Amino acid sequence: MFYDVRISIGMLFALIGTILAAFGLATHDQATVYARSAGIDANLWWGLVLLAFGVVVMSLGRRGQMKLEKEASRKNGSKG
Amino acid sequence: MPSLAAADWLILLIYCFFLLTAGFSLRPVMTASRQYLQAGRALPGWLCGMAMVGASLGSETVLGMGAAGARYGIASVGFFALGSIPALLFSGLYLMPVYYGSQSGPRTIPEYLGLRFDGKTRILSAILFLGMASFCAGIALYGMARVFQALHVFDQVSNRLNLPPTVFLLLAIAVPAALVLTYVLLGGLGAAMYNQALTFCVVVAGLAPVALLGLKRTGGWSGLKTDVPASFLHEWSGATHAGAHSMGLDATALVFVGLVVGGGMWCTDFRLLQTAMAAKNVESARKAALITAAVWVFVPLLAILSGLIAVGMPTPHTTVVVHNENGAIYHEITVVPPAVEAGQGLVPAKIDAATGKPVTGADGHAMLDYEMATPNALSQFLPMGLLGLGIAMLLGCLSSGVAASAAAFSTVFTCDIYETVVAKNPDDKRLLVVARWAAAGGMLLAVSAAYLTMQFGSPLEATMLVFAVVNVPLFAVLFRGALWKRTTGHGAFAGLIAGVVAALLMHGTMLPLNEQRGIHGGWIAVMGRPSNELRFGLGIAGIAFLISLIAISIVSMRTKPRSDDELNGLVRSLAELPPANAIWWKRPEALAIAILLAAMVVNLIFI
Repeated sequence: MFYDVRISIGMLFALIGTILAAFGLATHDQATVYARSAGIDANLWWGLVLLAFGVVVMSLGRRGQMKLEKEASRKNGSKG
Repeated sequence: MPSLAAADWLILLIYCFFLLTAGFSLRPVMTASRQYLQAGRALPGWLCGMAMVGASLGSETVLGMGAAGARYGIASVGFFALGSIPALLFSGLYLMPVYYGSQSGPRTIPEYLGLRFDGKTRILSAILFLGMASFCAGIALYGMARVFQALHVFDQVSNRLNLPPTVFLLLAIAVPAALVLTYVLLGGLGAAMYNQALTFCVVVAGLAPVALLGLKRTGGWSGLKTDVPASFLHEWSGATHAGAHSMGLDATALVFVGLVVGGGMWCTDFRLLQTAMAAKNVESARKAALITAAVWVFVPLLAILSGLIAVGMPTPHTTVVVHNENGAIYHEITVVPPAVEAGQGLVPAKIDAATGKPVTGADGHAMLDYEMATPNALSQFLPMGLLGLGIAMLLGCLSSGVAASAAAFSTVFTCDIYETVVAKNPDDKRLLVVARWAAAGGMLLAVSAAYLTMQFGSPLEATMLVFAVVNVPLFAVLFRGALWKRTTGHGAFAGLIAGVVAALLMHGTMLPLNEQRGIHGGWIAVMGRPSNELRFGLGIAGIAFLISLIAISIVSMRTKPRSDDELNGLVRSLAELPPANAIWWKRPEALAIAILLAAMVVNLIFI
């Protein structure tokens, strides 16, 4: 059975978002790291955005996966 | 130049891990050739749409959009919209029901041509397609390897391992190719599509901060206005005068050629269409094309904007700062390579491999390497950490384009060459084995094409030529075949050959200004000099389409057409459409009009 791809998309973004945000927090007061991004702690902010996106997509994916499994068991039930 | 830090590596490796995961988790599902080649024809429309967007955002497209932004400014938004939205809407509304057919409908575009016309058209188009797919994948692999080398992000690794530049290039071709091949071999089209959907999200997540931080660095939109020529920020200024427009094409020709090139891509190219044909029903297949159109209204903006900002940044120069501290005089020298200094903004000049000096064109200005606009913007604007996401985005574009080629190569070879020429009615287990070997063979061809490209300089422009030679005549055949039932098999075959020959002849007899004879054109004799490469490529596409249409019409009128019964479901007027949805705003037509309006609004903002 094909799984719902939103689960893996959500997991990837939640993971990357967490790493970026944590790295952003750790390097928050190092000006040299953020010279390229005009002094903005882009890791922290963009990491939080990606984390939020990942969590939303993952919850959508879990709902979709439950629907898929219900459909699959119904199909099996009608066959057997 | 920045090197990758530990945080960057972590993000890049996690991304690669997820790419492979899709392959491993779909492997148990791959029990039959239908699962492997068509993802079971069971995927929902939104996933097919996302995968189609991912497949279309191959590395050449994303780098090409940045290059167009740096070269022609905002005008290129209009060009990409013209080349995608109308063709996608046409494909979604009218072609998908014909291509998708019923549940046992055609599996590939050549198979559709076989059902609609005859076996010879099917095999010829399959061979042309196989050649094009492996060649384009090879060019993409080489192009991205060159970008990775020019960005110097992997220098730490290559210095530690003491790799000479050629070995580094070869590795940069082979490692992504092996990554893609692994998940395509394991999970087939399904894995390719799951990763394309994933990559689409990564492309947006990687490009958005580049555009945002770039705008911040140039001082917002008003800052950008002072950095680039005014004509770069206005889309339609002078579009009505031939030559005045920054692309050097007049409006009528631009619209015609845009539609032909768009049709050649979105209505013809099986690498993109395979994603929609894997949908669970006709409605989902149509929805996939429409979703792609909706996304394409906005995505080119991001990529073009980052290229535009790159060219607007101040050009780095070698500087010597002298300062006096407690009586001791320090000289602080920042050395900038000649290619960067001769460039404009973050776009470097092209370097002559023999002399090591920047190449200058006939007008005395250095010729710029526009493909580097987006990668350089990425490495200049993204801080450590986000840079890893940016590199993952570049790798993702490359892998989704190459995976589309590998999966399509495998399907077309198995369905249209193996089943028709080698073994009629083979058993399904055998087909599955053949499909996997075909994917591996296609990837091997692509890597050899990449190696050849590396040996003969950089014919990245050849992509446009291959496209004009293969896809445009094929589009003419599909366009006539799907809409007019009078078109005959002999007509289609003649049209295909005439279009290919016409494109090759035109390429052989004309040469753009400032170019050497050979891969750029004029390999027979030089009879005409178009003003630039883009214009030349588009001209070839337009002529090939017209010649092809004329040949199809003439031969079709002189040969006997097939009866309506034989063509049932294969021509638009004889296709069964699902009953229209009772709610008017849920019908595909309403969605198409909404997308068209949105595209117009986006393009009219920049008048």
